[in-house]
Amino acid sequence: MSGLKRGSIAVVGAAESDLGQVAQHTSPVDLMAQATMRALDDCGLKLKDVDGLFVAATQVRMGPMSLAEYLRIKPKVFDGTQIGGSSFMTHVAHAQMAIQLGLCEVAVIAYGSTQRSVSRAAASPREFNPYESPYRPILPISAYAMAAARHMHQYGTTREHLAEVAVAARQWALLNPKAWEKEALTIEQVLNARMVSYPFTVRDCCLVVDGGGAIVLTSAAKAKTLKKKPVYVLGVGETLSHANISSLPDFTVTGAAVSGPQAFRMAGVTQKDVKMLSLYDAFTINPILFLEDLGFCPKGEGGRFVSGGAIAPGGKLAVNTSGGGLSYCHPGMYGLLVMIEAIRQVRGECGERQVKNCDVSLAHGNGGVLSSQCTVIFGSENTL
Amino acid sequence: MSDLMNESPLGVYVEHLKKGQLAYQVCKDNNKAFFYPRAIAPETGSENIEWRVSKGLGTVYTTTVVYYKGEAPLNVAMIDMDEGYRLMSRVEGIAAMDVKIGMRVKFRVNPGDEKTLPFPVFTPAGDAK
Repeated sequence: MSGLKRGSIAVVGAAESDLGQVAQHTSPVDLMAQATMRALDDCGLKLKDVDGLFVAATQVRMGPMSLAEYLRIKPKVFDGTQIGGSSFMTHVAHAQMAIQLGLCEVAVIAYGSTQRSVSRAAASPREFNPYESPYRPILPISAYAMAAARHMHQYGTTREHLAEVAVAARQWALLNPKAWEKEALTIEQVLNARMVSYPFTVRDCCLVVDGGGAIVLTSAAKAKTLKKKPVYVLGVGETLSHANISSLPDFTVTGAAVSGPQAFRMAGVTQKDVKMLSLYDAFTINPILFLEDLGFCPKGEGGRFVSGGAIAPGGKLAVNTSGGGLSYCHPGMYGLLVMIEAIRQVRGECGERQVKNCDVSLAHGNGGVLSSQCTVIFGSENTL
Repeated sequence: MSDLMNESPLGVYVEHLKKGQLAYQVCKDNNKAFFYPRAIAPETGSENIEWRVSKGLGTVYTTTVVYYKGEAPLNVAMIDMDEGYRLMSRVEGIAAMDVKIGMRVKFRVNPGDEKTLPFPVFTPAGDAK
């Protein structure tokens, strides 16, 4: 990512759309538009200020066109890069290119999904693959399950370690009024839940809910003139390793081992500086893999690292304070909401779940079947 | 040379399966085996590709058991073939949960049906070298 400058742009607005189960016939673009206006209100900008539009969704094939039409805006820069749940982290990097080059000044990144209302099968139909489909894996679950199984075999990770991730997420969710899950969860409940794709029970898997979000980015100079304290983009990193799980060379190593170092290098910070992590937890193995690949613990130690409530409230490292995709919200492509929590932590807006002195946060996005990995590091003004 | 007007990578692969063979490709420029079949070799971009027939022996790299409502548990596994490539498949002939990482397995053809092309499956191969 040479050419992108640490802190050259900032997030100035961030908002979720309505989340959970929305009214019948709500469209994904309704949710994108609602979130976009909420995010603009958050920073005091108007629709006419938006000249960059970044959209990806599974139900809207040509996202930038659909949202621009709905809002009747004519963005100068638009991008619909679709690499699954991490698309929005990539959009941040692309928005930074465009803003730094002066191609646009105010960029909106938006997402919406009604997958709970219309069913996952309707919202995210799988492409037929003659080399995988005949075996009837439940995708994406079985792909991540096979990564977990290999990690367990190679490093002694256990189903209890996986369950720790789900329980920590639930404890954070109970501190987040917007979280879907409202009841406590135990390790035993995770282990004894309905098995979906071994070693995952349904409690090792993310929620299936409706929802969306939007963030507004602008130049550092303009950001200083707006309503809220800017949250600067200190570093970004992105990589693609494969599309189908059969082509991932080592099931225990993800592209986060590439995107993380890129983002840290650009940000000029180290793991010790990061006060809070937002890690795309589609499945309980994900945070374990990402903590390792992003350098927060040695390879193979992720399971032991998260045990004993280490990433739960009051633990040694604050991870997924929103409650994550496992317990807060997972509307199909969850990456934008992964960033919104990391942004709010730097702003200090997280109420009961606020991490103290959170001047640097890291948001890590995952897309496909561990296929695309993108990392964004955010910082407050005093980190510049 | 690839000639997509007359034959496709999947088409050739399926013709081999119909004869009971598991076919794979090797790039003659770097001597690496690869899978799935392609018209252009990965990494090199070469069309200098040779089809070979596998000996059919491999090792389970990782495995899962899929639970569909009202069906017997179904195995899905990744198989590392002795020739140096990997494919998704399933191991049959034993309980799905008894399929273990490191297990030696042997290829056979599932003939498919009107809707499904033939595809490779595996059975335990004991300690086959």
